Amino acid sequence: MLAIAGTVPSEGFPLVDGEIRMVDNEIRIDEQRVSVNRGTPALMAAAIKTAETLGQPAPFGYLVGDTGLGKGSRHLYKYLTDHLPHSSFQTLTFHYLQPIVHWHKRLQQVIYEIKERPTLIADAGFMYVAKMSGQAPMYDLFTPDIGELAFLADEKAPHPFYTRGFILHDENRVSDLISRAYDHNNASRFLLVKGKQDYLASREGILETVNSPVEEALEAMGGTGDTLTGIVSALIDSGMSIPEAAVVAMKANRLAGHYAKPTPATQVIEIIQHIPKALSEVLRESK
Amino acid sequence: MSFLSFFKGKPKQGTPGDNGNADRGIMVFENTSEVIQAENALKREGWEIRVMGPPPEIQSGCDLVIEFPLIEELNILRTLEGEGIPPLKMVPVTSPLLHPVDLFHTKDFGEYIMVRAANMKLTVEKATGNIVNVSGGGCPDVPYLAYEMVGQTLADAPSPREIGHTLCGYALQLAYEEVKRQCSP
Repeated sequence: MLAIAGTVPSEGFPLVDGEIRMVDNEIRIDEQRVSVNRGTPALMAAAIKTAETLGQPAPFGYLVGDTGLGKGSRHLYKYLTDHLPHSSFQTLTFHYLQPIVHWHKRLQQVIYEIKERPTLIADAGFMYVAKMSGQAPMYDLFTPDIGELAFLADEKAPHPFYTRGFILHDENRVSDLISRAYDHNNASRFLLVKGKQDYLASREGILETVNSPVEEALEAMGGTGDTLTGIVSALIDSGMSIPEAAVVAMKANRLAGHYAKPTPATQVIEIIQHIPKALSEVLRESK
Repeated sequence: MSFLSFFKGKPKQGTPGDNGNADRGIMVFENTSEVIQAENALKREGWEIRVMGPPPEIQSGCDLVIEFPLIEELNILRTLEGEGIPPLKMVPVTSPLLHPVDLFHTKDFGEYIMVRAANMKLTVEKATGNIVNVSGGGCPDVPYLAYEMVGQTLADAPSPREIGHTLCGYALQLAYEEVKRQCSP
């Protein structure tokens, strides 16, 4: 089973866990309802749609409210530290959490001790803290955008805000950034780099590139990276290899974006609604 | 809700790693007196900070710096600005000479303009000044900032500096300022 951990932008939202469902464009978890616009709810929605399309069980979710003060994130770190040793998830995806190095270390220790280690996927704040901690190689997949790839490539930067200019200038040289991230052990086993072109890479270099269909407006939309991470997480949990899942996810996410006929003002829920159709089409063509 | 009431009840502890400083930053001030004033103000507010000797790379002329939890940069900066003692600069401990990103990428979509600063992107409809999208980032205040800002005009929306709490919020502030600059007549 896939488990997804992250936050929602409300200080009053309690820590909840349980199977996640989607009803009327809202995430339902425990007794709580969450609207889907961006962030972890968008990732969860994409994972739900993917699992439904594949005939897989609904993902499990861990959610807490946090608007950047970090209180909710700390609560969730502790909860995961206490509960993950008793879990049996095949795939764990960590998302919008406040980057806190010492909590990451404690959680990492717990995960190390799980008998059958799950596939580990990280994006957003959790990817930042994994790199900040010097523990990126522990993870199986990171899903950075180009700017975040530059951050991974900058061995000195503790946060994308401090990525050095000469590295940011290299954004058109994706393969160099990927090499630099691996050279300094700041990348996961595989990297799925999302952008104008999407890349799958490993320590060996770029393995796959997906560049169609092209929808320029997607770059401006909040949540399109979150949907990609949700799709690939559910595909990996279904038993696909990471490289195969990454290629299918890149194609399906782009196609769903294309079907939404987006403008820079389009909201991500409009893309999520097209995931089942896009994914079915990509899976049919890949057979 | 007032600015200060927003922070009532907030935990003020930074949480340094057990054997590293990767999540700590340094504040550099004009002189030692300001460092002490800042230390008193921050400790009075409950922040977990330490006065330290500056590393040799810091060339500010100041012989003390304040170590602080990096992720709380915006909150701490607001406290010090409220006290009238903003630091000269705030940099991560791991590389004291690092500077915040100062590169902007602008993309023109015709009716819309998008500006990216570091990992944060802000998109505005040119004709109306409406903020239509916020994307990028990874800290938990990003979805919150998006929720508060999208659908409002640049003139009416709260600035990320007012309601954000993290470095992603700070980066969005830079993008916000750059969009405003580019959209001003």
